[in-house]
Amino acid sequence: MQLAQNPRAEERNFYLLAVLGGLVTVIGLAAALYMEHAGHVVTGMNNQVVWGMPHVFAIFLIVAASGVLNVASIGSVFGKVVYKSRAPLSGLLALAMLAAGLAIIMLDLGRADRLIVAMTHFNPTSMFGWNVILYPGFFAIVGIYLWTLMDRKMNPYYKPAGLAAFIWRLLLTTGTGSIFGFLVARQAYQSAVIAPMFIIMSFAWGLAVFMIVQKAMYAWNDMTLHPQIRSRMKNLLGTFVAAVFYFVMVYHLTNLYFAKQTAFEQFILLSGGIFPLLFWGGYVVLGTLVPLLLIYVPNLASLRGSVFFAAALVILGAFCLLFVFIIGGQVFPLEIFPGMEVSSSFFDGKIDSYAPTLPEILLGLGGIGIAFTATAVGVRVLKFLPQDDIAKLESAGHMLD
Amino acid sequence: MNEPQDKVQDSGRRGFIGAAAAAGAGLGVAALAPGLHLIEVAGATSATARAAGEPAPSTVRWGMLIDTAKCASGCDACVQACNTENGIVETVKDARQGSQWIRKIDLKDPKNGRTHSLPMMCQHCENPPCVDVCPTGASMKRADGIVLVDRHICIGCRYCMMACPYKARSFVHQPLDTQNPEVPRGIGCVESCTFCVQRVDKGMQPACVEACPEGAMLFGDLNDPNSGIAQRIAREATTQVRADLKLNVGVRYQGI
Repeated sequence: MQLAQNPRAEERNFYLLAVLGGLVTVIGLAAALYMEHAGHVVTGMNNQVVWGMPHVFAIFLIVAASGVLNVASIGSVFGKVVYKSRAPLSGLLALAMLAAGLAIIMLDLGRADRLIVAMTHFNPTSMFGWNVILYPGFFAIVGIYLWTLMDRKMNPYYKPAGLAAFIWRLLLTTGTGSIFGFLVARQAYQSAVIAPMFIIMSFAWGLAVFMIVQKAMYAWNDMTLHPQIRSRMKNLLGTFVAAVFYFVMVYHLTNLYFAKQTAFEQFILLSGGIFPLLFWGGYVVLGTLVPLLLIYVPNLASLRGSVFFAAALVILGAFCLLFVFIIGGQVFPLEIFPGMEVSSSFFDGKIDSYAPTLPEILLGLGGIGIAFTATAVGVRVLKFLPQDDIAKLESAGHMLD
Repeated sequence: MNEPQDKVQDSGRRGFIGAAAAAGAGLGVAALAPGLHLIEVAGATSATARAAGEPAPSTVRWGMLIDTAKCASGCDACVQACNTENGIVETVKDARQGSQWIRKIDLKDPKNGRTHSLPMMCQHCENPPCVDVCPTGASMKRADGIVLVDRHICIGCRYCMMACPYKARSFVHQPLDTQNPEVPRGIGCVESCTFCVQRVDKGMQPACVEACPEGAMLFGDLNDPNSGIAQRIAREATTQVRADLKLNVGVRYQGI
């Protein structure tokens, strides 16, 4: 690809990508309009599986949005100079992905037209309510942080702004995880480990997204990432992926230990059809073990495209894990009468099934379209490309610090 | 099939006779000005009726006691009465997407084969998880313990449905074209049993209680030591479903 040498071709390709992203977004919005008009009857969601595919997309985007900001935090808060040049792109991606995730959640509401009600009515005991405060706060703080990074006059303030953004993003992901962690009734949730698990998931998924976007931008500009920086980032991704696996194991092992949760674990891990398949095949093998091999086995790690492939698999694994967590957790019946065999006209005691329909998948993809278009336009109009002064970094000893 | 229907008709007739009696004998109409009247509901249940605009009393805690020994497995008179009273006519193809404010559950203890049948609906918790999690405050508990959804500020996020331990809530999945004017419902909102609040506020019993042919459902004020329900609960062993969650529910069961 020689786009950098051919501005006209480069411009044409940019507009092509922007139109493509815009088109996916418009299709997603049209799907939301259809759902709004016809009702959720046109989705696979029902009175037991009340959150479906849109929520899988939205929660991935919201969790990864806070995680992608970590790249900036490593530079600003933890003083790793190599990551400093990556901070603006990290901030842009965080804003684009959060906006996309929130758009999906909002458009999936039964009454999306009442968004103003959600913003003007606050219930302090609701984790969702707190999230309504945390999201705009994130936009504001990351916006200011980006300003301090990109405006020379504001540059002296980037450290406190970066620290504030880092703390806020931890709060935000705690809030997202606690949406599930605070649900007392369902076997799949009601666990304090979910909030820290979501934080570590955000580290891995956000970094994976960042590495893919960085790779695409470098390819676009005929640049290559310095092998040492590539190696540092891939090792960090490996650490995060392993840490997510640890938390997921702790979550399932504690559930297996509690007698009242064993039936649920048996379902999710062994007998639940698509759910064990996605958990073991999608998340554990493709989303965790293969990326770890690609990252840490020297022969594989040196292969061209191995890091990109590992990052893409981490994202695939994330979707599998979220599908199992969100849908599997609802498909399993509520235990209203423990120890009893239950039947009713409302499908009590029955394992539900959920098949997402086209409109809800399109709405989710529309969210990806929003994040993609916002990022593509952002990197086009402002200076977000991470550029490394290798000689300076090496002489100051920052390549390995 | 005929029996429950007959009983529904029976209960409908009883309801009509009761309402007619209230209208004929119990309504005291005070003239405030020419053409403007303050209508007061009186009669046998006047002690619990309240005028429009008057807040629900915090001294009252409405509750229900269900005797599962009297509840027959095939009977769904309570469900039919609820649907009629609250204007629930389901036309949705996938039954999992339809509204069920009250449902009959059949239970079997696998250890000894003992069976039970019982109606399940919103348990009107003292500490309702749906109210805790609702981002806008649309899910709310009235001072008299009735848990409701404010249709005007429900945004349809379904978080309350995730939180409810009893699967008591339904989401309206498609546009509605028939409604009972006293029971507002709407597409995209969550709904559940209201204890027939529109009837309770007039001093009447919930439709399901009135319709039960076996008298298995008893409705009343849990806070009033002289009420039938409070006396039965004080005298006999009753159960709160998922008592481990310490929600202090308003609906109690006997015999399970």
